[in-house]
Amino acid sequence: MDAAEKISVEDEAVDKKIFKDCSKIAFYRRQKQRLSKKSTYRALLDSVTEGKESTRFQIINEAAKVPLLAEVYGIEGNIFRLKINEETPLKPRYEVPDVLTSKPSTVRLISCSGDTGSLVLANGKGDLKCHITANPFKIDLVSEEEVVMSINSLGQLYFEQLQIPPKQSRATKENEEDTSDDTTQENQEELGLWEEKFRNFVDVKDNGPASIGLDFSLHGFEHVYGIPQHAESHQLKNTSDGDAYRLYNLDVYGYKIHDKMGIYGSVPYLLAHKLGRTLGIFWLNASETLVEINTEPAVKHALTQMGPVAAKEKGRSQTDVHWMSESGIIDVFLLTGPTPSDVFKQYSYLTGTQAMPPLFSLGYHQCRWNYKDEHDVKAVDAGFDEHDIPYDVMWLDIEHTEGKRYFTWNEKRFPNPKRMQELLRSKKRKLVVISDPHIKIDPDYLVYAKAKEQGFFVRNHEGGDFEGVCWPGLSSYLDFTSPKVREWYSSLFAFSVYQGSTDILYIWNDMNEPSVFRGPELTMQKNAIHHGNWEHRELHNIYGFYQQMATAEGLIQRSKGKERPFVLTRSFFAGSQKYGAVWTGDNTAEWSYLKISIPMLLTLSVTGISFCGADVGGFIGNPEAELLVRWYQAGAYQPFFRGHATKNTKRREPWLFGEEHTRLIQEAIRERYTLLPYWYSLFYSAHVASQPVMRPLWVEFPDELETFSVEDEYMLGSALLVHPVTEPKATVVDVFLPGSSEVWYDSKTFARWEGACTVKIPVALDTIPVFQRGGSVVPIKTTIGRSTGCMTDSPYGLRVALSTKGSAVGEFYLDDGHSFQYLHQKQFLHRKFSFASGVLINSCADKRGHYPSKCVVERILVLGLKKQPSSVTSHSPDGKAQPVAFTYCAKTSTLNLEKFSLNIGADWKVQIQ
Amino acid sequence: MLLVLLLLPPMCWAVEVKRPRGVSLTNHHFYDESKPFTCLDGSASVPFDQVNDDYCDCKDGSDEPGTAACPNGSFHCTNTGYKPLYISSRWVNDGVCDCCDGTDEYNSGIVCENTCKEKGRKERETLQQMAEVTREGFRLKKILIEDWKRAREEKQKKLTELQAGKKSLEDQVELLRTLKEEAEKPEKEAKDQHRKLWEEQLTASKAQREQELATSAFQELDDDMDGAVSVAELQTHPELDTDGDGALSEGEAQTLLGGDTQTDAASFSDRIWAAIRDKYRSEVLPTDLPSPSVPALTEPKEEQPLVPSQPAEEEDEEEEETEEEEGGEEGEDEDSQETPPPVVPPQTVSPTEEDKMPPYDEQTQAFINAAQEARNKFEEAERSLKDVEESIRNLEQEISFDFGPNGEFAYLYSQCYELTTNEYVYRLCPFKLVSQKPKLGGSPTSLGTWGSWAGPDHDKFSAMKYEQGTGCWQGPNRSTTVRLLCGKETVVTSTTEPSRCEYLMELMTPAACPEPPPEPPASGNHDEL
Repeated sequence: MDAAEKISVEDEAVDKKIFKDCSKIAFYRRQKQRLSKKSTYRALLDSVTEGKESTRFQIINEAAKVPLLAEVYGIEGNIFRLKINEETPLKPRYEVPDVLTSKPSTVRLISCSGDTGSLVLANGKGDLKCHITANPFKIDLVSEEEVVMSINSLGQLYFEQLQIPPKQSRATKENEEDTSDDTTQENQEELGLWEEKFRNFVDVKDNGPASIGLDFSLHGFEHVYGIPQHAESHQLKNTSDGDAYRLYNLDVYGYKIHDKMGIYGSVPYLLAHKLGRTLGIFWLNASETLVEINTEPAVKHALTQMGPVAAKEKGRSQTDVHWMSESGIIDVFLLTGPTPSDVFKQYSYLTGTQAMPPLFSLGYHQCRWNYKDEHDVKAVDAGFDEHDIPYDVMWLDIEHTEGKRYFTWNEKRFPNPKRMQELLRSKKRKLVVISDPHIKIDPDYLVYAKAKEQGFFVRNHEGGDFEGVCWPGLSSYLDFTSPKVREWYSSLFAFSVYQGSTDILYIWNDMNEPSVFRGPELTMQKNAIHHGNWEHRELHNIYGFYQQMATAEGLIQRSKGKERPFVLTRSFFAGSQKYGAVWTGDNTAEWSYLKISIPMLLTLSVTGISFCGADVGGFIGNPEAELLVRWYQAGAYQPFFRGHATKNTKRREPWLFGEEHTRLIQEAIRERYTLLPYWYSLFYSAHVASQPVMRPLWVEFPDELETFSVEDEYMLGSALLVHPVTEPKATVVDVFLPGSSEVWYDSKTFARWEGACTVKIPVALDTIPVFQRGGSVVPIKTTIGRSTGCMTDSPYGLRVALSTKGSAVGEFYLDDGHSFQYLHQKQFLHRKFSFASGVLINSCADKRGHYPSKCVVERILVLGLKKQPSSVTSHSPDGKAQPVAFTYCAKTSTLNLEKFSLNIGADWKVQIQ
Repeated sequence: MLLVLLLLPPMCWAVEVKRPRGVSLTNHHFYDESKPFTCLDGSASVPFDQVNDDYCDCKDGSDEPGTAACPNGSFHCTNTGYKPLYISSRWVNDGVCDCCDGTDEYNSGIVCENTCKEKGRKERETLQQMAEVTREGFRLKKILIEDWKRAREEKQKKLTELQAGKKSLEDQVELLRTLKEEAEKPEKEAKDQHRKLWEEQLTASKAQREQELATSAFQELDDDMDGAVSVAELQTHPELDTDGDGALSEGEAQTLLGGDTQTDAASFSDRIWAAIRDKYRSEVLPTDLPSPSVPALTEPKEEQPLVPSQPAEEEDEEEEETEEEEGGEEGEDEDSQETPPPVVPPQTVSPTEEDKMPPYDEQTQAFINAAQEARNKFEEAERSLKDVEESIRNLEQEISFDFGPNGEFAYLYSQCYELTTNEYVYRLCPFKLVSQKPKLGGSPTSLGTWGSWAGPDHDKFSAMKYEQGTGCWQGPNRSTTVRLLCGKETVVTSTTEPSRCEYLMELMTPAACPEPPPEPPASGNHDEL
């Protein structure tokens, strides 16, 4: 094979030694060492000034000669923001731009000084307060007289103020006795103040130490979630010494699971949940970040001998969260909930909601590194039709280019990319090609030459263009942090510029951590220089975010603002949901990776990134047929659904595993397409109402303690509970059906189950355990075409599952599936289905929207109807009543209404008597 | 069969039979307007007006052949001018033209061009070409079969001949072996005698040299020339130090002298010289020799390479050693340099003339020559026998090889075929191996050696499998499947790697051509005599 170099790189990447653990991170060692010598901060409350937007005051500790400036903001929607920075730093410290959607509207906080030595800031209603204690400095967040969170109650506030480099300072202050304990050679090595070594790499830090840290105590909380991306459980674990959750975007080929090391992306946002309240802490910092978690569970009441009050006091559980970042400022948003849904809204108010994906991107995606040539693409495409398996998108990895020069085509393999796209277009399918941030150093490569000429690359410490090795060999890296570079990069996607591209071509951004093969931890040196002279260390975690932003913008621009983009990215940051989809990178074809995909995606989902998925089948290695089938079944119920495989694996198109397995995979993919209307509606809800598509059980059942740790099953929207089979040779799975007042229906057998119990569900290889919640209406497609585009006109069905009270509600959203007209011209249809007292009503859910559809509802299935009806009548908008044919099955209590022809967008009702 | 249908005049299709959309002519009778429709699987019966009413009533989808209502129905396209086709009824009106006559898109707003005529024409051309190739290929195949029949017979005959010839060769080898052994007896005796004499001579001269050395050392040591070496005199030679402290103490010296305080010339050379000779440094030698090389000088010459030396010398040395080894294998003669390592006096750097064994006398040399001749003859006969045995093996293998039902693939046996792509030259030597070599130089990689016929059970000879090629990084050993296609010539037409390290090659060969169907009388072109 010609991939000797890549392979050796991959080989290296599997080796964990090339990545740091906490003990190898100097700022972690410094904070640990110095925090052990307690030197507390106190707030100078006589310095309080009330600005237009914030309340400011100074905080100081004995060691620091200069005070820090703290600012507290009240933000619309019950959010507090706390900023701590140097009052007059030597030079400005990095504040993360471009993540907040707009400047958050502030609300005036009313200050009322409490006792001496404290200050109370309250929101307008007075139900939320920040109680600031002067000495030692501490902030309590009080909600309706309950302290829900305390800041710096453990005294871990840490702030390294910028200093003049030691050599200079000695030269300028020669007379001064310099007894600073940091300057000895030995200490320098240990503390890594101005220089930090790792393996063969030396990080020379021109700005010296600048790290920050702060602790948050969450009172009464035992369950915390978020801070992706880790191949870990959904509920965050306690961190032992030296094993903090690390947020540092890295290319970790075949990452280890159940590990807290940083992988491809970072969202420095943590959620905490307890009965009655959900909170969020959004730590807006793009430098390397570590998070320590320590949960002290409640002391059991039975164990205490004291009175009930004391017992309550004693029994309070607490979770401490300690954030540490290498650089930047402390800028933290406190999201006060109180419900999970409120917290989602508060977070998306700050960082934006999930972009509304084009409909095709919710179909099945077929990828491989690499489909060799046009002929291969044609054959695989034909294979799907031949085996009658729907799919929407063909993907091309790096080999489609001329020597990994993105925006080019390998002329031998893809001599006529437009012809190939026409073939796909004829079946209403799309093409996605890869475009990475590294640009091959080759003066004859136009993209390189132009970028070089304009100084668009990241620079190295010495001031020249940064050069690193990636797929094409020696490469430079576009500096996406610069608005000018982004604007230029976006322009490369114009049809006239990107030769061989058509409007069915979409983009995939890979390797954008960024991955640098011979760099420290396979990434860029921290002292590389970006736009505005910022060091890479300041913004490492946001580099990939910017590439996806520029790519999405490019796709919008090429359509003159008309069409929605689709961009998949591997690296991401808080707010990446605004630009497209994310996947979990280079996973492995093993059962354990299938299993961990669920908590990994749940974590992404609650931190705003709804459009996420894991490579079906596992990227590395060869899945056995059973694993592949189970993975398709799981993937069909995960938001981003793509099969992908690395170069040295056997081919694994769905029909290569024998007839039986082909049929099982076909069925799984068809289930996906059947549920497309539901998926699309859920994405609309994520887009406009901030609710995640894939939801951990605790989000839907926040009052049920049993749900807080569940991660082997989840809710898809509020209607479907999915428990994928993730064990080999499974014959039965234990499915927990939550909610004491709920009922659940098996989506295949229609068997009815009472909530709040764990049921043993027998499973065959064709079983995907999915349950519909009583009280919900799920819209489906009744026939499946070869791609989403071929199903535009096909009819709908409704699955109505009755609650214990005999009612159900559901929503449905429809638009043209590809343009922004839903937004600009309000061309959409948002309907509401409600069933009560034997009447199903289709009504308008949003009167602003108009979208003509000729689609009809053809079938309605009612689950849980205990009595056989005597008649069923439909009432169309013109008031005409018509009898409806129906069949009733007493055994399963299901009513099947057939032969409807009622327009999905019209007001009508169906009466069951 | 198909060809026949396609060649029929289009007149046959002129009469359009009225039937529901998507129903084939053969199934027409199931759809009788005057009766309720019974699903083809018998699962239900519905009024006829529910056929193609865009609502699925039958489990098998048979009531909706012309709409997309059923998930599992089939739509029939007549495709006049081309092949009729069944498509999934879900593809009806989905905006994609599936039937070449466009009948599947009657209500989707798109207009499908009728391409059946054109496709039919192309298909007929291809079929005609294929038929022509098959005819010609099959004709060649028959020749190949005949060729192999003949060749096989010839080979069989040759095999019989060889097997007969082998017997007499074996006898001859035995005879020559006896002659050789007889000639070697006197040769060995004469050579042994010669060696023995020389060795005796060597021992004597060695003893004498040693005596001389002892005497001269004694004289050197006997500083006061009193005819005895005393402890003090011995102590002037610190190199004789025995405890490693660099000096020869009185006690050490006395021990060397066997406990005595002095020794005379006779007992010095009898008892003491042997103990000190290796360390003893002569006073007459130049003293500026680097001391580390001193022990080396006393070592046998063969081990000198242990002393760091220039690379060039090292290479020479290695060559010498190799030569010596080879000489050793060939026999005991001519190994004058292979004498037992002589005790070399310190001043001697290389073996002198006297250490070499003198040439054999005339008588001995004559014995040697005679024996050598006998050996040569024997070896020659043995070689011929081996050649014959090899030929027999090869012939037996070839004759018994599975070259297809009629041996039509036999002609590929000793051939190789190449295909050059952008990057590589692929080489297929049927029944032996497949390899891949970079076009711009570099060593070839094995893509597998002959494994077995690998076609499906009913068509075993349609593919070959070559296995156990060079291993792949983190992957399997390379392997290749060669698909055999009917063609007039033998040529590798393509090589692909559908899965990593699993190659697929296509070889055109007349041997893969099936018997063509009898030519239709319509296009009769019979040679009538």
